[in-house]
Amino acid sequence: MKADPKRVLTGAHYLDGDHACSEGALAAGCTFIAGYPITPSTEVVERISERIPTVGGIFIQMEDELASMAAVVGASWTGAKPLTVTSGPGFSLMMENIGLACMLETPCVIINVQRGGPSTGLPTLTGQADMMQVRWGSHGDYEIIALSPNSPQECFWYTIKAFNLAERYRVPAFVMTDECVGHMTEKVIIPEADEIELYTRRYTKLPPEEYLPFKPGPDLVPEMVRAGDGYKIHATGLTHDEKGYPVMNWEVQEKLVRRLVDKIRKNADDIIEFEEEATDDAEVVVLSYGISSRVAIPAIQKARKEGIKVGVLRLVVVWPFPEKKVLELSKKIKAFVVPEINYGQIVLEVERAARGNCNAVLVPHGGGWVHNPEDIYKAIKEAVR
Amino acid sequence: MIEIRISGFGGQGIIRCGLIIGKAASLYDGKSATLTQSFGPEARGSACSAQVVIDEERVLYPYITVPNILVAMSQEAYSKFSSNLKEGGTLLIDTDLVKLDQKKDKVKLYAIPATRIAEEMGNKIIANIVMLGFFTAVTKIISKDAARDSISGSVPERFVELNIKAFDRGYEYGENLLGENA
Repeated sequence: MKADPKRVLTGAHYLDGDHACSEGALAAGCTFIAGYPITPSTEVVERISERIPTVGGIFIQMEDELASMAAVVGASWTGAKPLTVTSGPGFSLMMENIGLACMLETPCVIINVQRGGPSTGLPTLTGQADMMQVRWGSHGDYEIIALSPNSPQECFWYTIKAFNLAERYRVPAFVMTDECVGHMTEKVIIPEADEIELYTRRYTKLPPEEYLPFKPGPDLVPEMVRAGDGYKIHATGLTHDEKGYPVMNWEVQEKLVRRLVDKIRKNADDIIEFEEEATDDAEVVVLSYGISSRVAIPAIQKARKEGIKVGVLRLVVVWPFPEKKVLELSKKIKAFVVPEINYGQIVLEVERAARGNCNAVLVPHGGGWVHNPEDIYKAIKEAVR
Repeated sequence: MIEIRISGFGGQGIIRCGLIIGKAASLYDGKSATLTQSFGPEARGSACSAQVVIDEERVLYPYITVPNILVAMSQEAYSKFSSNLKEGGTLLIDTDLVKLDQKKDKVKLYAIPATRIAEEMGNKIIANIVMLGFFTAVTKIISKDAARDSISGSVPERFVELNIKAFDRGYEYGENLLGENA
């Protein structure tokens, strides 16, 4: 399905990353937003709350982030394409109902404009330290999808992609941007609506008496119905059978939770996206995501000028993690250099996937600012020794 | 690559000025321009600044490091940011609002009574656009047409004419000043 021209602000704009996320959400067909605005994500909600009523959508300012996430789950089950936006402590408060969204296989998008933490930390300054929280922050076993843009232009496209993936796999999809990208203003080209491809949620064609809300198709994803369409639905966070009724035993747990995990893991090759450059004869590969992938480029250029063979693996989708690609590269390089604005999160995945074949060198940053490219350059130099 | 800092106090339209410069460069002059702004607990009346990096290629590092150009529209902003200006860089000030604390030999200084001109035009709120016109004339970093197009899309429609007039006044002042110096 193509995007609706009424929702697409076609043209060249000068937008910050937050506003570009808003335009991406509108173009993607988002019809419901529940939020509790928090710096540095406020501008996303500010713009969308003004724009969405003009295209037939709803914005609700909720009492807190728990309620925002709960409203998103409920709205999705009525057929809405829902979004919430947050940062810092707000993300922590959403964790319980993110787990509910995973358990209920609820398509939804969450934008986290990351700021420095822990706790209230640095409300107005950048960070990338929620990258493990997004993967593991709610209790129990589950899988999610997370993307990480490095420019306002990418904020637009990745928000659309997040909606498409959320709808396709019935899973929360996260746009893990950060304060630097969210508050930087650059040129954003918004194409014609017919150049934007949208995934249409799969609703069942079965009659009510044959439909089972949690019976998966061959891709492990069940078809949905809208609440109110005349189907019996029971949606519970308790372990449930294909009818959706609670069944508390290990057999049903095994069947359900394994599928929740497998529907992402077994489809990982279709979900994963990265940018790979000059890895053929690389001695060292800079693996990065989000704003760090952009700040790393001057460092890579400088190292190459000195004859160092530096490849690039820039993650567009961070979760699921491209472990096959990392393993493949690990066998022919000396090291991965991993700059991230935290004290070591995705580098742990790199280390795990590399299985000791090569080093994984973290270039940490505590948050509040982006890396000085010089620090990444020094790490590259050190890594090829 | 050119790094610009526009500074003043909250409420003067400093960020808007940076936005118009960045938009002019990237949408109308075909360059890349990244705007960032200081997001502290600043509020109306305290020091505030917008930073623009302009390049022919894609801007990679989004922040300014050592700016080539500093626009100062308040004493506090001048005191806070002038020491960071690049040697041989360009300093633009509002004559009435900034008193230079020492003679700057190593910078090119251009001064305009932007706020006074705006007041003469009936509204000091357009002082930022007078300064923008002045900036455009003396630095030549963005083209005059691009700046005017950018203004048109960045202020409410009923104020476009006033803002364009303010721009032209500042631009003219800059050209005259360059003429005198030549």
